[in-house]
Amino acid sequence: MVDCDIHNHLTEDAVSKYLPKKWRDYDRQFGRRMTPGDFYPKATPMASRTDAWPPGGGPPGSDLAFLRKQLLDAWPIEVGILNTLISVRNQFRDYDAALATAANACQVAEWLAPEPRLRASLLVPYEDAALAVAEIRRHAGDRRFVQVLIPSRTSEPLGQRKYWPIFAAAAESGLPIGIHFGGWSGGHPISGAGWPTYYLEYHTGMIQTFQAHLISLVCEGVFEEFPGLKIVFIEGGLAWIAPLLWRLDRSWRQLKAENPNLRRAPSEYVRGHFWLTTQPIEEPPEPSQFAGMISGLGMDDRLLFSTDYPHWDFDNPDSALSSFPGPSLRQKVRRDNARALYRLD
Amino acid sequence: MAKHIVSTVAEIPPGTRKLVEVAGRSIGVFNIGGEFFALRNRCPHQGAALCTGQLGSAVTSPGPGRYEVDRAGEILRCPWHGWEYDVRTGQSWFDPKGVRVKAYETAVAPGSALVPPATGLLPGPYVAETFAVSIEEDYVLVEV
Amino acid sequence: MDSPGSQAIDCDVHAVLPSIEALLPFLPAYWREQIGQTGFKGPTGRWYPPGLPTSERPGLRPADGSPAASRVEHIQRDVLGQAPHPSHAILNCDCAVESLHNPDAASAVSGALNEWIAAAWLAADARLRASIVVPSQFPELAVQEINRRAGNPGFVQVLLPVRSEAPYGSRNFRPVFAAAARHGLPVALHYGGLPGNPPTPVGWPSFYLEEYAGMTGVFQTQLISIIAGGVFDEHPGLRLVLAEGGFAWLPAMLWRFDKNWKGLRREIPWVRRPPSDYVREHVRLTTAPADAPEDPAQFRDVVAQLGSDAMLLYASDYPHAHGDSASDAVWSGLSAELRGKIMSANARALYKL
Ligand code: FES
Repeated sequence: MVDCDIHNHLTEDAVSKYLPKKWRDYDRQFGRRMTPGDFYPKATPMASRTDAWPPGGGPPGSDLAFLRKQLLDAWPIEVGILNTLISVRNQFRDYDAALATAANACQVAEWLAPEPRLRASLLVPYEDAALAVAEIRRHAGDRRFVQVLIPSRTSEPLGQRKYWPIFAAAAESGLPIGIHFGGWSGGHPISGAGWPTYYLEYHTGMIQTFQAHLISLVCEGVFEEFPGLKIVFIEGGLAWIAPLLWRLDRSWRQLKAENPNLRRAPSEYVRGHFWLTTQPIEEPPEPSQFAGMISGLGMDDRLLFSTDYPHWDFDNPDSALSSFPGPSLRQKVRRDNARALYRLD
Repeated sequence: MAKHIVSTVAEIPPGTRKLVEVAGRSIGVFNIGGEFFALRNRCPHQGAALCTGQLGSAVTSPGPGRYEVDRAGEILRCPWHGWEYDVRTGQSWFDPKGVRVKAYETAVAPGSALVPPATGLLPGPYVAETFAVSIEEDYVLVEV
Repeated sequence: MDSPGSQAIDCDVHAVLPSIEALLPFLPAYWREQIGQTGFKGPTGRWYPPGLPTSERPGLRPADGSPAASRVEHIQRDVLGQAPHPSHAILNCDCAVESLHNPDAASAVSGALNEWIAAAWLAADARLRASIVVPSQFPELAVQEINRRAGNPGFVQVLLPVRSEAPYGSRNFRPVFAAAARHGLPVALHYGGLPGNPPTPVGWPSFYLEEYAGMTGVFQTQLISIIAGGVFDEHPGLRLVLAEGGFAWLPAMLWRFDKNWKGLRREIPWVRRPPSDYVREHVRLTTAPADAPEDPAQFRDVVAQLGSDAMLLYASDYPHAHGDSASDAVWSGLSAELRGKIMSANARALYKL
């Protein structure tokens, strides 16, 4: 099987080793400004499974040996995709770019080289397209980086033109864009109606960033411009997609004159360009409702299993997949779709 | 069903737990204020090792913004998705009738009752897989 | 949709304010003079391109160029006089008073709007009912406005724009729900609003299509917030109406919400039942637009997954046209009994008509 969402934790110290002296000196003198903190008491410390703290110390996801034992060896995982969530949007752009470069070097040396089952998403300073493109070019051809990572809380909806050079570079390199929940928008609250009061609301409503990006990417005509571009929504779940497409298609039929970018119904772009990881898997009251949702979605070839290890909302490969109807679909979700998307041969 | 000797009483002081292997099952044995409770170490949701989770209070509320805590240390939270279980019964908090983890009967017995001094042999209903039973100690039994 | 059984009730009809001048007779002297001398046009700016095919059904605009749905005769002709010939229509006047930063102006304009609704609409046709417009951004003033209108039986609910600066389950909105509950009025969250913050968590979209389609995310935020905040625990009799927001998104959202509640409920221990239970008991949704699947079997599934026959309320959304062309066919796939509830009985019970 392939696990499409694993969070390796790169500690500040680990990354610092790969920073150029100039920025290490800067760190020593000024320290690193971090994006705003927790906002809420979360489910668990570091939003992690409470059994995921390495016995040898360090935060969950920081110890490769323990990650092997608790995840890679515990299930028959042939390939795991690392999405490290270290923020590369903290200070000013050059510093953020240097941090992304250092984090990527750290991933190569400390994760990808010692563990051949792992692949990684490439960190880029995504709010500055030119710097992001430079980072993509720097790693062009290194097949261990299988996609470009953009956190979902961006400053603008991702269809906006400022992000297009990143899409051009990714498409040119054959890399999907992986959009994972998180990041720092630089000011927008987590919802279109301000800040919620509780973590439960925050977590339940997290899909709204994905909804906004799906709509924006389609409506701005990104896929007309970049017919080869592939988008992976990571940690967004699945069940909300079909209802949004019903609404988007119906509205587009009526409003298409307003929007000259689109030549096809929005759902056709989504089914042609999007992949979805499964976690956190929705749990309807009746399992048959899950099967109905999957068939209504019509994206059997685009669903990618993910655990989200070591986070608290982890999905167990044994139980989370059982809600998918039929062994052949389970096989696709568990393995084949990811192998095809990320060219894992 | 047999009673299994799983631990000495002294090994599980109040507020602590011990994970034991009984008849091929992983089981958590909890001491709450001197009483012993045993739960299957597997969450019925997605299968986490439930008995390794945090022990907390029963949190209730008479209304928004008001929090009441009671029964400290008697509610077990799954290490993954945080479902809560009553250690005394194995019932889940959110659906006590429908979702529960298997709870096993426990008992405490003095070693002298378990090891007839004359023979040094265990009497019929007790199974001690890993214990040399001594008459000076008290033992926790779990019925599986 | 036809209406088996008793007469239909149309739960979302728009009363459109033609211009701020219509409010002058209802405004205090200070505000009449201010408006006259400053050129203040009120909050009725163009918040979507007026020529959009969704804004007004073709052929509705009166010969004098005034907006459709701006006079009671329009509604008598186009809504009450047309199939399914509703016995009552609920007027929602979405005027964006929430965009006014001056609390006194927001309060004065809200008050005048309600006076105008009472005089020009409710008094003119006994079949009409209306929602109370409130300055939702100033909860204390909103409460005062609710208290002022609650004595008029023509006002049957409190209207809040679905977009807001903070979600409505937040503590500071609590007095608004308390006032509605005290007067036995449902609260309706209606599509739109101009609170100033962007309608998405990642900033401003470019096209109306984006904003329109994405608005379900804002409905989701509000519903999650109101339940998590314990509004229904404080007010067990309160009902919430989600108007012009579709309903097909609801089951999938509840799968996620219920799942999270099981593991995180200690954070909101006053919520003692799964969120979907609260939704079935307290929440109603209007049918236009449905934004539901066009396949009749899938459509029936979505309606069944709502989990209660009491939740849907027929609405025409006049004069808007969200073009649910396929929906007559799919609606007729529901049982006559359920259609009767949707067209009439659910609204009769909710608004005590
Ligand atoms: S596995 Fe225990 S709560 Fe999910």
